[in-house]
Amino acid sequence: MIQLNYILILSAVMMFAGIFGFLTRRSTLAILLSIELMLNATDLNFAVFNRMLWQDGHEGYFFALFSIAITAAESAIAIAIMINVYRQLKDISVGKLEKMKF
Amino acid sequence: MDAYNIMFVILAVMIALSSFATVLAKSVLRAAAYLFFALLGVAGMYFLLGYTFLGSVQVMVYCGGIVVLYVFAILLTRGAKDKLSENTRTKIFASALLSLTGLGAFIYAIVKAKFLNSMFMTPGALTAPTEGSMISINNVGQHMLSTGENGYLLPFEAVSVLLLACIVAALVIARKR
Repeated sequence: MIQLNYILILSAVMMFAGIFGFLTRRSTLAILLSIELMLNATDLNFAVFNRMLWQDGHEGYFFALFSIAITAAESAIAIAIMINVYRQLKDISVGKLEKMKF
Repeated sequence: MDAYNIMFVILAVMIALSSFATVLAKSVLRAAAYLFFALLGVAGMYFLLGYTFLGSVQVMVYCGGIVVLYVFAILLTRGAKDKLSENTRTKIFASALLSLTGLGAFIYAIVKAKFLNSMFMTPGALTAPTEGSMISINNVGQHMLSTGENGYLLPFEAVSVLLLACIVAALVIARKR
């Protein structure tokens, strides 16, 4: 029998792996990859809570669905910004990103 | 242990290992490749829950769209040379300590909290999906486009406007001057 706790612990592992990457990475794109990990962990939690605690409802399901759409928009914008920053500064590591205006 | 539980264990191990590999990989390109497997694992978890539409969306949007976008961006910006070793050892140690402490606190809170199923008032546990617990694509469409009590028309339209704004903004930001 798969308990709810197992999946919650799994998504907590995913979340904190993302937080660790967020804190240690230097390249902004690698930081974005870590953010994707964290967002996926939350999506998984929404779906799991919906499925295991409230089978009749669908709020968690739709929240995860909308969250995926918003994440796609977020990463598209972030990647556009990073490519633009690379054009200006030829480097996208966070240490070099001191001036964001151009 | 039936096939359902075995599949869960396989997916859980895959997600956990790929997540660690994503944040520990030396090259960013490899990190993106490992992220792909973590996302596939989450999609598999959705399928396991019986949420097939959500799993398909995950595969299409994340594995098919976002990861490819990241790979392109990494190759375009020559960001593949990022190394973890540029950090001082103290900083990595402090980050690891912070993450592990947070994880411990989270797991403690999760284990202590009693999540009860609303219907049976039993601890939440996963059984094979039944007809009632599945949300079919038909249902998804009905909910998305209805304005009633369980309707999501407003967020649906808001997301569509957001995506349009996002396309325009990405073009404006990344265009050549």
